[in-house]
Amino acid sequence: MVSYIIKRLLEMIPTLFGITLLSFFIIHLAPGKPTDVLTEMNPKITPEARERLEKLYGLDKPIVEQYWVWLKRIVYLDFGVSFSTDRRPVIEKIWDTKQPFMERRLFITFMINVLSMFVIFLVAIPIGVSSATHQYSLYDKITTTFVFVGFATPAFWLALLLMIFFGIYLDWLPISGLKSMDYESLSLFGKSWDRTRHLILPVFVSAFGGLAGLSRFMRSSMLEVIRQDYVTVARAKGIYESSVIYKHAFRNALLPIITLLGLSIPGLIGGSVIFENIFSIPGMGQLFYMSVMMRDYPLVMGILTIGAILTLLGNLLADIGYMVTDPRIRAQ
Amino acid sequence: MGNYSPTKIFWQRFKHNKLAVGGAFIVLCLFIVAFLAPFLSPYNPNEIDRKQILESPSIEHPLGTDELGRDLLSRMISGARISLLVGFVAVGIATIIGMILGAFSGYYGGWPERIIMRFIDIMLSIPTFFLILAVIAFIGPSIWNIMIVIGVTSWMGVARLVRAEFLSIKEREYVLAAKAMGASDLRIIFRHIMINSLAPVLVSAVLGVASAVLVESALSFLGIGVQPPTPSWGNILTSGKDNIEIAWWLSVFPGLAILITVLGYNLLGEGIRDAVDPRLWDAEKK
Amino acid sequence: MILMTALLFSCKDRAPDVQKINYKIGSFDPAYGDAIIAGSIGEPSVLIPMLAGDSASHDVAGLIFNGLIKYDTDLSVIGDLAESWDISPDGLVITFYLKKGIKWADGIEFTAEDIMFGYKTITDEKTPTAYKEDYLQVKKAEVLDRYTFRATYEKPFAPALTSWGSLVVLPKHLLEGKDITKADFNRNPIGMGPFILKKWIPGQEITLSSNRGYFEGRPYIDRYVYRFIPDPATMFLELQAGGIDMMGLSPIQYTKQIETEFFERNFQEFRYPVFSYTYMGFNLKHPWFQDKRVRQAIAHAIDKSEIIDVVLFGLGSPATGPYVPNTWPYNPVVKQYDFNPDKAQQLLREAGWQDTDGDGIVDKDGNPFKFTIITNLGNNLRKNCATIIQQRLKKIGIKVEIRVLEWSAFINEFIDKRRFEAVILGWSIGIDPDQYDIWHSSKTKEKEFNFVSYNNPEVDQLLEQGRRTFDIDERKKAYFRIQEILADELPYIFLYVPDALPIVHARFKGIKPSPIGISYNLHKWYVPQKFQKHSIEP
Repeated sequence: MVSYIIKRLLEMIPTLFGITLLSFFIIHLAPGKPTDVLTEMNPKITPEARERLEKLYGLDKPIVEQYWVWLKRIVYLDFGVSFSTDRRPVIEKIWDTKQPFMERRLFITFMINVLSMFVIFLVAIPIGVSSATHQYSLYDKITTTFVFVGFATPAFWLALLLMIFFGIYLDWLPISGLKSMDYESLSLFGKSWDRTRHLILPVFVSAFGGLAGLSRFMRSSMLEVIRQDYVTVARAKGIYESSVIYKHAFRNALLPIITLLGLSIPGLIGGSVIFENIFSIPGMGQLFYMSVMMRDYPLVMGILTIGAILTLLGNLLADIGYMVTDPRIRAQ
Repeated sequence: MGNYSPTKIFWQRFKHNKLAVGGAFIVLCLFIVAFLAPFLSPYNPNEIDRKQILESPSIEHPLGTDELGRDLLSRMISGARISLLVGFVAVGIATIIGMILGAFSGYYGGWPERIIMRFIDIMLSIPTFFLILAVIAFIGPSIWNIMIVIGVTSWMGVARLVRAEFLSIKEREYVLAAKAMGASDLRIIFRHIMINSLAPVLVSAVLGVASAVLVESALSFLGIGVQPPTPSWGNILTSGKDNIEIAWWLSVFPGLAILITVLGYNLLGEGIRDAVDPRLWDAEKK
Repeated sequence: MILMTALLFSCKDRAPDVQKINYKIGSFDPAYGDAIIAGSIGEPSVLIPMLAGDSASHDVAGLIFNGLIKYDTDLSVIGDLAESWDISPDGLVITFYLKKGIKWADGIEFTAEDIMFGYKTITDEKTPTAYKEDYLQVKKAEVLDRYTFRATYEKPFAPALTSWGSLVVLPKHLLEGKDITKADFNRNPIGMGPFILKKWIPGQEITLSSNRGYFEGRPYIDRYVYRFIPDPATMFLELQAGGIDMMGLSPIQYTKQIETEFFERNFQEFRYPVFSYTYMGFNLKHPWFQDKRVRQAIAHAIDKSEIIDVVLFGLGSPATGPYVPNTWPYNPVVKQYDFNPDKAQQLLREAGWQDTDGDGIVDKDGNPFKFTIITNLGNNLRKNCATIIQQRLKKIGIKVEIRVLEWSAFINEFIDKRRFEAVILGWSIGIDPDQYDIWHSSKTKEKEFNFVSYNNPEVDQLLEQGRRTFDIDERKKAYFRIQEILADELPYIFLYVPDALPIVHARFKGIKPSPIGISYNLHKWYVPQKFQKHSIEP
């Protein structure tokens, strides 16, 4: 088991290398330079001033050299310094140790994604199983349509509609952000309640869009298992239908889902750009959008790399989870 | 196979699935609207009218007008074209890349396969939407750039599918027979094996079109989708959202259009998948 | 009062601004306390004025730092940190006499050494600042005593005085010997302005607390919170839900959305012209646009009033030149181009453009008249403007494409390399009328700002004349003439001057709108005791 994990970790290294190589070249070969944003349309800046800036940021060197410099540093988790005027280290922007845990961007995005994954799991699996056991029934049709509506609704639109309904019309939930203005003066319970209230809409929007993938996969996985011999045998032996479904079929159908979870991480992280922007949530997605618009190369690269590491770790966890739960592998 | 040709079985099974038929109907309607756009559109979709700004739906303007006084119905109709175009071109690119790489690695194996598979792993580990966002923002959001970038970042599923299909059929008798008869590799790949992997690829293409429509709307929300004055549902919805409280029609109609279209493609895709999946064939006999 | 208490009781669990408090009736006494929350699309990047390039940074830094001089509400220059100043008769030497007893927020006294330090820093080659140029004109800077600072210029330089704003004020005792781009000071600045940085949570908000020792008196409002909300639709919803107290409205919101009783009761809105104008510039290197008649034809084909009605909902005024109305350099009598498509077509014909093949597009020597307008991403007003111009030009047989480009590519690939035919952009203008960089023919090199390649010897000479004298009448003469020439030659079609449309919660009193906006006297805004919403000190 341990040797397997080590082997997988070692395998991740060339993949990670490939990811950084690909991202670095794509990003650096695109036209436009980050110094343009700093200088904007300001009639008071001269060409000399602009060239000075370019030199300062190391943009005058050949791209291969830039990549090599970058790569050498990332071994120490040093992603360089942001090109934006604040010149802060990239890692500090993503994981600011001066802020409390709850305010660090990576944590915020991670937390919302984990919560929404949890919600997806909680809702999608029962839906998938029950629609498989009731294949082609009205119930199956309704749930199928429901999960696809979730997938098909543009997230930012749904978010706005919910904000208007719950935030303005009913006045039940806050509109945006992560906490209220008077947060500091609240009791511990008040603080957690305040945070929870702020998370309800973003997590809902994020989860609603992800229901379809998992529940449909669960449905077909379940359908497949139900038709296999051992289930038929179990049925023939006169075991109760519900017991057949939940004891025998369900556990086996669940296995492929674990792999799917690992694969769904990049999608969730990608989706965070949208809901973090509409809900003003200071996570990595929002940071990425800003960094892209300002051509803050080090920051763009830093977030892409961390996103990829998270994904690879997620895949690894899924594989381990698969090993732990699959009796066939466990036995070996 | 005998009396039942695969196509016949497919149709019977497909017809049985009401949701899939519904999806097909939606997609068909979309096609009709897109192709007849110039004839259906009551006004010029780009005609500005300063006296008709933000008019609510009426007989004259069934879906109302936007902040420049343009007729929303006409813009929605020509937006249907754009959405269809973005979806199909992007998916077309993805499918071609995916099929070539998948077929290549599945057929030849060895180091080309290892390299391609590693490449797929890499692409699957990057949050694709981040990559799309970065590239579009850097090279500029023209409609062609959007289609190409969505295309080149979404071929991995197809490649995997095709490869798996290849691995399972390349040792089958008819392929071996063709090989023995001296058919060239290309011929074998295209005439004998590719045909067999078409069904799953079709399914993934139909689902891919749905995703591309959503990605375009997300890009529009971030300001780097299809550019004005060309109407896409994504950019109509985005400019509508800022006026959501004063002009509901500007966000409700494009929002619903995206929702229904994506839903339609998904139901259709799932329907095809169910209908071609032999593992599920005994289901309706019960 | 009793009635109000009853109301308070009956809906205790709801936010105070949901209740029907009448904020507008009664007499109000200034009181200390409460907080104001401003909504902003962007987050500041750095709070040192000389390093900041974006408006969000300047908004916040402006509350933390003061300058030597500032503009008064009538646009005249008055002392801020400087008590007074002398300008030598030849205009080459400016001597500032500082106010005494002003303290940095950490208690150390502010002196002329701090100005000297700021001046040295901004002119330092290593400082990545965009505002160097005005200070490079200084031949010699010296500290005469603790409270006296003198700058000497090589040649008379009219914008000299106004350049000594907040850009060059830095605490020497904290920053000497440090690299200001890396210093922690960047994000924890110490100033002497009305507010002090308290907390900065990246991506969420910046909280400032009032500077109790502010030399113009302690601000009434205890906290100023700058909240970042990237989506404009979300921001407007937050305004209604009480999450923010102040934001800038779009023309549509101002016109259509705030007429309700809810807004009437809870908010006060303002409207004033800003110091900027939006224009369409032609690339004068392009052979078609070299012909003045073509540019004039386009001017006649565009209906400025339509643009102002549709894009700005009437909340702005037509621009006729590179200055805004009601300022001293503005020349109100220049050549105007009325909306007249017939005249436009006639001018095009005179210039040799006619539709010979009947395709609806005018042509000349077999080339149809097609060109592309580019503009930058993120400004809906400009995008809509381009769309309207496109439709109007179509009617006189010119086919226009629009490209909206992400800012950096826009500048680097298109503007700098002169790869454009026409562009819609805006200039923010200073209160000093010097526009040498924009119109002078020597400023047409790559990356310089005369990117339309405008070249007129008379204008060149007038620009030089305007910046080398302090005599207002003399300057006025030069700038009036420049406007006449520009209006005739039309290197730009000047489109409009937009209005700023801020909205503030009704509980804030003491706001006095003026030509320079509303926030210049933020430290004098207050919330009467009975209306205070956020009472707890953080």
